[in-house]
Amino acid sequence: MSLLWFAEWLDTHEWSTALHESLWAYPIIESTHVLSIMWFVGTIIFVDLRLLGIYMTQTAVSEVTRRVLPWTVSGFVLTFVTGLLLFYAIPVRTYQSVFFRVKVIMLLVAFANILWFHYRLKVHQPEWDTRTKLPGNVRAAAMTSLSCWATVIVMGRMIAYNWFDCDRPQPDWVITLAGCVV
Amino acid sequence: MNTYDYFEMAEDTAIGVAIRESLWLFPVIEAVHLLGLALLGGSVLMMVLRLMGLGLSNQSVREVLAQTSPWFNAALVIMFSTGIPLFLSEAIKCFYNDSFWVKMTGLGIGVVYVYLVQNPLIRRGVVSGEGVIGGDGVVGVSSSVVQKFMGLVLLVIWVTVAAAGRWIGFSG
Repeated sequence: MSLLWFAEWLDTHEWSTALHESLWAYPIIESTHVLSIMWFVGTIIFVDLRLLGIYMTQTAVSEVTRRVLPWTVSGFVLTFVTGLLLFYAIPVRTYQSVFFRVKVIMLLVAFANILWFHYRLKVHQPEWDTRTKLPGNVRAAAMTSLSCWATVIVMGRMIAYNWFDCDRPQPDWVITLAGCVV
Repeated sequence: MNTYDYFEMAEDTAIGVAIRESLWLFPVIEAVHLLGLALLGGSVLMMVLRLMGLGLSNQSVREVLAQTSPWFNAALVIMFSTGIPLFLSEAIKCFYNDSFWVKMTGLGIGVVYVYLVQNPLIRRGVVSGEGVIGGDGVVGVSSSVVQKFMGLVLLVIWVTVAAAGRWIGFSG
């Protein structure tokens, strides 16, 4: 099912156009988005580095997560809210962006990885909480997290480039991936 | 030669020309620059949170610094090795860009502050709730006013550098 109608409906909003064309609001929201990524991904990196056994190894995993993850979550909320506003300002083009679509998929993978860690791996946490070298599946979750967020950042930055935009001549695979209406 | 001439030379370097003439080099280098920003921001935040008593506060400031500074150094290497090529590709634009100068000033202050002020103070155990303490660097669980102030200074400097850096793309 295509959600193009929804993006097109958002596009009819006066506020959407106003935000897109604003002199200050759009750049300020965009900058807040980048700074909050620094806050949220920046902190999650160090939790993952602990899980990989290369940061604060004298400190229990549970203590690192208890102290650091609340900051990660608040940073994520700010990133998500500013991200929604950026989408709202340019809905149709963003919805049909190949980069945006890959970014959303990676966000979902990252979220699934969090659920896997939280509901499966953490069950055995008492066995490895204070260890330096953690079990393979825990390290795999950390690597997955780092890879997902790195991809999300790179894809997010690439949305700004119009190489694969629907209003330019595109090969079939781009038209399919981007959901261009031909 | 005046300052502008140096910027013109930078713009004429082979690296600068190659990046300008390529469709994808600038975006790719910039994406890596952003990844470095996440690492840099994270390592700054881990120190800020500890100094302010809001993060890993059961560990001494010295231990958090010892664990975090290698990552800060690595992030800075990524930022310079991607930031310099980006600069070379648009040096003249940067010359006329206020945000660029704010960023460079902040960056200079930040590097001097971290390596010549903050890190030596923490490593020598000068910064603690009790004032000067011994060489073991044990600081305890709380955060002193001096530590909180140092956390704030660190945060303000690097947020300024990051925000001004983002703003280079909007202005000029």
